[in-house]
Amino acid sequence: MNLQPRTRWLLIVAAFAMLAAACGSDGESSAADGDAGAECEVGDTDGDLALFNWAEYIDPEHLEAFGDEFGIEATMTTYDSNESMLPIISAGNSGFDVIVPSDYMVGIMIDGGFLQPLNFAAIPNSTNISDDFANPSYDPEQAYSLPYQWGFTGLAVNTEVVGDDFPRSWDLVFGEGASEYAGQITLLNDPRETLGAALKSLGYSLNSTDQGELDEARDLVAAASGNLAAFNTDSSDELLTSGETVIAHVYSGDAFTQFLETDNPEIYEFFVPEEGGTRWIDNMAIPFDAPHPCTAHTFINWLLDGGQGATLSNWNYYGTPNAESIDLLDEELNEFLTSPAVLVGGLDSVESIADTGDFEINYADAFTAAKG
Amino acid sequence: MTGSITEPRGVTRRLLQANAWFVYLFFYAPIVLLVIFSFSDSRNVGVWGGFTLDWYGDFAASEPTKDALWASLQIAAVSTVVAVVLGTMAALALERFTFRGKKVFDALLYLPIIIPDVTMAVMMLLFFAEASKLFGFTKGFSTITLSHIAFSISFVSVVVRARIAGTDQRLEEAAMDLYASRWQAFRHVTLPLIMPGILGGALLALTLSLDDVVITQFVTGPGWTTLPVLVFGLIRKGVTPLINAVSVVMLVASTGLVGLSLIAQRLRSDTS
Repeated sequence: MNLQPRTRWLLIVAAFAMLAAACGSDGESSAADGDAGAECEVGDTDGDLALFNWAEYIDPEHLEAFGDEFGIEATMTTYDSNESMLPIISAGNSGFDVIVPSDYMVGIMIDGGFLQPLNFAAIPNSTNISDDFANPSYDPEQAYSLPYQWGFTGLAVNTEVVGDDFPRSWDLVFGEGASEYAGQITLLNDPRETLGAALKSLGYSLNSTDQGELDEARDLVAAASGNLAAFNTDSSDELLTSGETVIAHVYSGDAFTQFLETDNPEIYEFFVPEEGGTRWIDNMAIPFDAPHPCTAHTFINWLLDGGQGATLSNWNYYGTPNAESIDLLDEELNEFLTSPAVLVGGLDSVESIADTGDFEINYADAFTAAKG
Repeated sequence: MTGSITEPRGVTRRLLQANAWFVYLFFYAPIVLLVIFSFSDSRNVGVWGGFTLDWYGDFAASEPTKDALWASLQIAAVSTVVAVVLGTMAALALERFTFRGKKVFDALLYLPIIIPDVTMAVMMLLFFAEASKLFGFTKGFSTITLSHIAFSISFVSVVVRARIAGTDQRLEEAAMDLYASRWQAFRHVTLPLIMPGILGGALLALTLSLDDVVITQFVTGPGWTTLPVLVFGLIRKGVTPLINAVSVVMLVASTGLVGLSLIAQRLRSDTS
């Protein structure tokens, strides 16, 4: 009973604290909107490195090597999707110095003001990046992000069953001939990837926001679904190598690592069909309120060194955007990444998935309808 | 003996038995499969590839997995202890005393049980983002532990209250009549009586903390990835039996804890 005045007092204090916090955050975020990148010299560190990354995307020992070289502590925390990373950064004071958002998420984060512009004077190794990755659509000035790793989405085929003489085309799954392999085909269980494949096969952009084009793609996927073993993302590569399927819609990195797990990797072939497919790029970026921006710049510069880039790719087996790293890759990986047979339609045929804003829901609806 | 409810017979009885068996089947068949395939020598969780202990070896050799397990255990231990103390205190206050605002407090205490995880996660995220700016601390162990305490208190207090409601308050009064101080009465009479409830609440809090993905993922900070959050991240690259092995280890650990607490209770009742 006698606690009551105190309780009321506490409530008032709490209310003021929240108010003060809210005001404080307004002031801070507008201060962080300044255009210039952090003022750091090459190799500067201003504290420990807190990396926020996808699981199994860098060797823990590799990260430790960075810490040892610069006499700091480097820690990594993992997330499982771009969407679960975004709110943590956007709420502010996340404590992270470097994050690894995918292509479309970079665009969203730039628009939201959640990334700080990079100071390229502190990242001389940015010139190592291959021209294929210059000025991407999601960061046209390449002011906020630099590529980390990349991969394609395409088809993987068991040539022991399908033979070598088949069209390197999406017709393999969407065309007439697909019925020959009925029940032995998987498509990714992902609206943007699978409808994107259908859009490409029809000759449209995989970022189409035209409802008519999307309807055509939906009908194509619906027609193909009769020949499918499953819409499967998690284990489509394993289903292929275990012999349950013969054609799989897969991510290049997954397919490649899975091939190497088998006794006879040469019987499998991965390619991006001639009509084109998806190229995804994960990027390094620095949150707007990163506590140690100089360490972050130093880390990005360090990882863009040719040797470090090769170490990274040789561990996670994804593609490297680093032109200086290509020759240092494991032979098998190098062969896979540089083979012209992989990218049948050439670099111009591939697109990155872009955020279509409110149209995303149309993709989700169309995919649900196509799956039936 | 004539009970007020007669045991069902014939078809009803058989249907009820079948129902019970089905319930057990649905509960335990997935667990059995999970355990079996953790010993499978194939990357594909659906294909048996012969017996192997490799996945457990991988688990033991994987630095990130061990770090995540250690992080989970630290957070679970601290959050459970604090939540049990606070939850028990709240339960005692609500069951034993009347005070102004009791009804409001009571209703508020149920809130974390009722509101969806995501809602709570977003609230916590915003709260800690502002609070850490204001007081200048780094998110991580502190924020994850605090949020686990916050949702565990409710569960602990519900379990403990049920136990308190089932005990006879007159025993405590009798002890005080016999010149026990308030503390002595609590220590030697009340506490032992409600101990099963407290242990039950503690196990619940521990499990909730070890399990939580949604809230933890939102309030985490540099260097703190818990095991369930890591497992979620790994699943993105396909489910391998490594995840089964991790799950089996957690399963054995949590059933071990339950077993231990049961043994502890039995020993206690034997000696008294």
